[in-house]
Order: sequence, then structure tokens, then C-alpha cells
Amino acid sequence: MDLDPAVQTFAAESRELLGNMEEALLRLEADSGEKDDINAVFRAAHTIKGSAGLFGFDGIVSFTHKVEHLLDRLRDGAMGLDADCVALLLACCDHIGALIEDAVSGRPLSAELAATWRVLHEKLEGYLGPSAKPQPQAGASEAAPLPAGQPQEPNSAAADWHISLRFGREVLRNGMDPLAFLRYLATVGDIVHLTTITDALPHAEEMDPEACYLGFEISLKSQADKAAIESVFEFVREDCAIRILPPRSKLSEYIALIEELPENTMRLGDILVKSGALTQAELDRSLRQQTAEAAQAPASVADGAPPRPLGEILVQEGRVAQSVVHAALDKQQQVREHKAQENRFIRVEADKLDQLINLVGELVIAGAGTHLLAQRAGLGDVLESASTLSRLLEEVRNNALGLRMVQIGATFQKFQRVVRDVSRDLGKDIELVITGGDTELDKSVVEQIGDPLMHLVRNAMDHGIEPHDVRLAAGKPARARLMLHAYHDSGSIVIEVSDDGGGLKRDKILKKARERGLVGEGQSLTDAEVHRLIFEPGFSTADQVSNLSGRGVGMDVVKRNIEALRGTVELTSRESVGTTVRIRLPLTLAIIDGFLVGVGPARYVIPLEMVLECVELSPAERQACMGEGYVNLRGQVLPYLRVRALFDLQGQAGSRESIVVVQYGGRKIGLVVDTLHGEFQTVIKPLGPLFRRLRGFSGFTILGTGEVALILDVPGLIQTVATKDAHGGSSAAHAVAASAGVGSDAA
Amino acid sequence: METVMQPERTAEAELVGEEQQQYLTFHLGKETFAIGILGVKEIIEYGALTAVPMMPECVRGVINLRGRVVPVVDLSARFGRALTEPGRRTCIVIVEAQAAGEHRDIGIVVDAVNQVIEIPPADIEPAPSFGANLQGDFIQGMGKVEGRFVIMLNIARVLSIDEMAQLGQPVDATVAAGA
Repeated sequence: MDLDPAVQTFAAESRELLGNMEEALLRLEADSGEKDDINAVFRAAHTIKGSAGLFGFDGIVSFTHKVEHLLDRLRDGAMGLDADCVALLLACCDHIGALIEDAVSGRPLSAELAATWRVLHEKLEGYLGPSAKPQPQAGASEAAPLPAGQPQEPNSAAADWHISLRFGREVLRNGMDPLAFLRYLATVGDIVHLTTITDALPHAEEMDPEACYLGFEISLKSQADKAAIESVFEFVREDCAIRILPPRSKLSEYIALIEELPENTMRLGDILVKSGALTQAELDRSLRQQTAEAAQAPASVADGAPPRPLGEILVQEGRVAQSVVHAALDKQQQVREHKAQENRFIRVEADKLDQLINLVGELVIAGAGTHLLAQRAGLGDVLESASTLSRLLEEVRNNALGLRMVQIGATFQKFQRVVRDVSRDLGKDIELVITGGDTELDKSVVEQIGDPLMHLVRNAMDHGIEPHDVRLAAGKPARARLMLHAYHDSGSIVIEVSDDGGGLKRDKILKKARERGLVGEGQSLTDAEVHRLIFEPGFSTADQVSNLSGRGVGMDVVKRNIEALRGTVELTSRESVGTTVRIRLPLTLAIIDGFLVGVGPARYVIPLEMVLECVELSPAERQACMGEGYVNLRGQVLPYLRVRALFDLQGQAGSRESIVVVQYGGRKIGLVVDTLHGEFQTVIKPLGPLFRRLRGFSGFTILGTGEVALILDVPGLIQTVATKDAHGGSSAAHAVAASAGVGSDAA
Repeated sequence: METVMQPERTAEAELVGEEQQQYLTFHLGKETFAIGILGVKEIIEYGALTAVPMMPECVRGVINLRGRVVPVVDLSARFGRALTEPGRRTCIVIVEAQAAGEHRDIGIVVDAVNQVIEIPPADIEPAPSFGANLQGDFIQGMGKVEGRFVIMLNIARVLSIDEMAQLGQPVDATVAAGA
């Protein structure tokens, strides 16, 4: 199978549908499910089956058919839904997913999958039981010449098709052998009955021995869909009259399918093709006929009479049953109604978007250059036009970045299943509460946040939440809560994973850290520092054996992953109340709004979202302190760092200095700089391997002048101050001072 | 048979050797150095350098090379000598270096770029064990050019990104551990 884009679309759609199925099933299991949910599951299964049929993925069709059967009975209320049934359906969901992945990548069915197939098949059989009856045949009015009353085997997807075949006169002359097609047809299904039609045969004297006068009426038992059957006659399609009539059950299926098509198709023909009732080739022919008729009757068109509707042609030609056309027409009507209000989506390759965003980045740099030149030249009108350009560029940039924003909800929803499965394995009763699912963030961030979140969620369930009896003994509700929460906060997105479990046991962590020499004997640590120990590489993997909560297995990996996304992670915990892990991530990875500041000749960019305000550093305060200190900011204590001293820069400050007040993660500090240059759209260039150990900077950017400027790592700087605070000038502060390059020589 | 084989082999050797025999020579102080021409991407005028604080002395800063940010290394400082004083003929040679299997461009500051010359393998002597006033493994060999020696640099070793990054911030681990 080549990587046909249509197949890819099918896979993508199916994945989405399976996701919906899973969600609905989980809702059903939680008893909050409505009848709508079982319908949703049925619809999803049905659509997958239909689409798979279009691509000839027969394996998927037959398996999904089976599942659908069970769903149908549930929907009719013929059977009650219990937990085991949901579990089975979830397993089926997974299996369909696996089948689709296999089919799309063109792999043959693996032994493993085949085994799962058999197991699930048996279970499904068990549910359906021997009393399973054929699907009700709703609305099948077109009497296809089927052997009436023949019992349909409910457990087999094979259905009776009727094929009416009239070979064209030229078939033999064209070198085609009618018999060969019939033989080939037998590979698609079993030919149950075949009648040769010789009506067209003329008298012997008129007969052309090289012409073909034969016709066949065939009833075929086959699992294949219409397109597959039609493809048998691909080479003679032009010469022959072929009618393929679907089995009765299929008719109702088509109708159901049409009703449930995702509402994005407008044309009758398309609807029919999509549902599998009509093949593309048949549609093309009928459309040609429609055009031809319209051309033959120009008068009627001129009179305002519309050409004969497609549906009529299709029915008359016997290609599609009347009832199916009606269903499709209804659907068409619905689509028309909904289209106006509907959000339309286009699938775009992620690479194309990335390319666009890179280009926009370059455009932003070039735009800044133009603006600067206009400013230098002092040409008023040029400056004005450059300003307009900058404003538009900013909008383009925001829109381009917006294209990559996706809601985190889908990522969160995946955890419903994880929580359900793991809590069963652990024998704990855990409820997952999701809030803020509509918070948007960059797609590349979403893709990379899944693994760390998975780790945190598993950790919380495994180690955070206590066993049932312990919870009861502690007076907590037996049902534990695990919460996933997302929200925006000063230019970053915050994701919280919290539980109401036992919390971290401070003393044990501290004891372990002392044993490992991470913390000195006499050293006292704040709670935050103790919690941070959890993120030390390999910190608690070693005490899996002891009864320390064990939390922290691979937490260093979580931290590394999040830092790679320019994010931070912190943990707050109260013993026996619960633990919250808070992940802070930047909204985008490519372009930010920056605030440009200068220290001597050097230029630095501070992410604008983190800048609160700028105040002047009063001369008195300038005298008082050289390296770092505190100022009184409207009655609040604001610690500040001098950028000049921090980075050990040469030169003296000018006549005035300013404090840029920055905030991150609820902490505020001031950064003292010489000059303020205002807002600047910043395209982030990574630091690269040579500078990867550099602290205090998060990247480079290119200014309008073509110069390179450094982007300040505000979270890192705040961390530095926070560490100093905690230790109040102890040895750690000294280490920080040394690392940050704050030397006494600055004084 | 042997006589037929002989000339073929030398022709082959020449083909392979031809590419490697070309070297760019440049001055650093009073000495002449040579690097393989294949690693050299371009030579640009010295200027518009942005200093990066808290990096070892040999990392002079970064430049904007047509939209890419490229670090610039002071070769003289890297050899443990004084920083290069930028003069009229000071250049930045952009060379390709490897870091963790990836190709990265790095600029090196040199006092003056000389010429591209051929040094046949026969004219290359092994590096002296001492006396070159240079870390031994930086030297690939000593090339004889017009009766004088030029120092042929092992550029991969000299511009080892991993090593230079290590020189950067040896103390930041303390912050992490104390935190």
C-alpha cells in the first residue's frame, strides 16, 4: 500500500472516531452516560466500517461489523450494558485501532493481532449468543431479486449481492473473455447462483460470430464492498452494462451510514460514494449522463426547468436503491442547514506550518530592520509606512502562531483511559477530574508534554494515592481524586497534576538525601527545597524497596523533558493532604514579544509577558548598593539584580539606571539596566551546543540592525534570587554568586 | 600484470589525495597555520561581534551569519595565548565542527588569511613531541612549504564543542545540587 493521502485521511479520521468511542464508553462506564453515548459509539464504529470498506480493508470491516452488531443490540435495549461489556468494547476499540494502523502501513496481519482477534471474536460471540437475530431491515423498499427468506447468518459479514451483467458487443473483439471475469468474480466471493441471459442473441443468420450477446444474472455471496466487486469488471466497464445491487441488509446500512456521515459533504453523489452505496465510477457515469441530457434539452434549461436530478438518474439506472437516495437527500438538506454555522477544518501538514512560521520569523527580523532604517533616515512618511508594516507583521505573526495552537483537552482525555486501567490494576478507586481542557498551547509542546504527564499521572496513582483501607482509616473518601488542570498565567501555560493522596514525607526524603550526601548534616532546608530533591537524578529509584512513597521514579527525566521545552516544574505537597505538580510552559517556541534593554553597548531581550513595569533606580539607591539589593516598590520589598554586575560586564553605568520589574511563577524581582529600548518582536534562536551550559540566557535573537542579542532567562534568574533568599547569604549564596559571575570586583 | 596495476593505483591515490592536499594557511601572531580546505566554508571580515558573558575567554561571542547565529572562537586564546587584537587584516574563518554527531558552524578569529596551498603527503612530518608551544593533540602534522614549516591543525580537536562548553560554567552544578 502506498502512502495514499486518502488512506492517511482515513487513518486520521478513524483515530479521532476511536477517540470519541473511547470517551463515550468511559462516560457510559461512569454511569453518567446517556443514550446518546451508545449512539455515538455506534456511529463511530459504523463510520469506520464504512470508510474501511471504501479502501477495501476487509479485515477491519468484518471485525467492526461484529462490534457494531453488539452495539446495535445495546442500542435497541435488547441487552444491558455492564462493566465487562464496556471493557470488552474498549478492547475492541484498541483492536480496531491496531488493525487500522496495520492496514494503513500495509503490513500483513500479525500473529499477535490475529490472536487478539480470535479472543475478542469469541467474547463477542458470547455476548451475541445463538439467539442473535439479523439486523432489522429498515426502509429497504427496493426489492432486489434476492433469494427471499434465505436466513442471513448474523455472525458472518458475507452478504448476498445481486449482479446484473450485460456484456457489450465488442467485448470479444477487444480480446476480453467474459468467462475470465466470472472466474475472477469467484475470488471476491462465492457465486451462489448464475443465470445466463441469451435474450439478446439474434437469429443465426444475423448473428455476428465475433460479437458477444451474453448477459448474466449473478447472485454473489461476498464480504467485499461494492467498490471491490465493481473493480472486478474494471476492464470492461466501458463496454458493459453492470448493475450491482446491494444485499438488503446493506441497504439499511447505507441509509444508516448516510445519516451518520460527518457533515462535510454537500453533493448528493459524494454522499452516496462516501457511504459506499455508489462507487466513484458509477457516479461519474451518471453525472455524464446528466450533463448529456441537459445538453440534449437546451430548451428546458432555457425555460428554467432544472436538469433531471442526479438522484432520479441513479435510481432509474438501478445503481442505487430509492430509499438510499432519499436518505442521502435528507442528509444533503441537513448539510446545507448546518454548513452556515459550522467550523470548517482543513488538515494541513505540520511541516508546512513550521515552514510558514520560520518565514514569518525572518519577515519579523527584516521588518524590524526596515523600521530602524526609516527611523535613522528621519523620513516621516517612510517611518509611517514602516509602522503600518510592523503592525501588520505583528498580526500576521500572531495569526501564524495561532495556527499551531491546539487545545490541551484531547491530551487530557487520553488519561481517562489510563486512569481507568491503572486504577483497576492497582485495585484503587480513582476518579479523574479534568478542568481547563480548552486551554490552548503550541502543538509541538502538546506533542512533547504527553510523556511527562503520563509519568506524573502514573506516579500519582501508584505512589501518591493511598490504598483503599489507608484512605478510610485517614477519614478520607474511599474514592480518590486525581486532577488535571490547565490555565494561562502571564504568558505561559500552567498544567497541574494533583492528587488527594498521602503527600510527600519530608523527613524520609531528607533522611535519604543525607544518606546520599545530597544534603549536609547540619543543613536545614525549606519545604520547597526538600520537594525539589525529588527531581534529583535517580533519587528515589533506590528506595523502591523501602516504604518511602517511591515517588520520584524518573522524575529527573520529567524535569529534563520539561526544561527542554523551556518550561519549569515544581512540586508542592502536604503530608496526608495531597501533592500538586505544577508544570509551566511557554506558549510558543518560536517567536515571542520581547522587551529590549541595554547595558552599556550590549542589548538584552526580556520576554515581554514577564515584564510588569519599569521604574527608575533613584540616585540614593544607586549609591547604596552595587551588586544586588532591595528597593521599596510602593511598600513592597523588591529584590533586584544588576545585570552589569551579574554578567560581569565592562564599563560604567550612565547617568541613570532603570529597574525592570519581572515576574515569573508568582515571584517578582527587579533587573537593573542602563537603557530601555521598548518592545521588540523576538525570533528565538536556540543557544546551540557550545552555550548549552550557559546560565542566565535562554537563547539568541537577531535585532533589526543585524546584531545578535541575548534573551534573558527570567525564570533562571528568579530562581537564583530565590535560592539566595532561602539561604540568607550562606555558602550556597556564595556558590550562586560565583556561578552568576557576581564578583566583588564589581564594587 | 604488475606493471599494469601500478599506474592505476597511483592515479587513484592522487584522486583521493588531491582533495586532502589543499590547505588554507593563515597567520596567528608570527606563526603560520594550515587547515584542510574541506572544512572551510567561508571567510568574512571581522566585526559586529556580540559578546556572550560568562563564557571562557576563547569564545569571543556570536555573529549573525545571514540569519544564523554562529559562535566565534579566538584561536589564539584557545591555544592559551593572548587574545587577538583586531587589526586591519583580521578575519573570521567559518569552519564546520562536529558536536554530538551534528555539523555546526564555528567562526575562528585569525590575524590574516594567507593563501590556499597544496601540501603533498610526502611533505608532511609528524608533530613534534614538544617545542611547538601548543597542546600536542591540536597538531595534525608539520607541513613543509618553501623550506619553512607550517603547523597543520587538527581542527576537530581544536574546536571540540564539548570541551569548550565544559570550560564554560564549571560551578553551575552547585546551584542545582544546593537547590
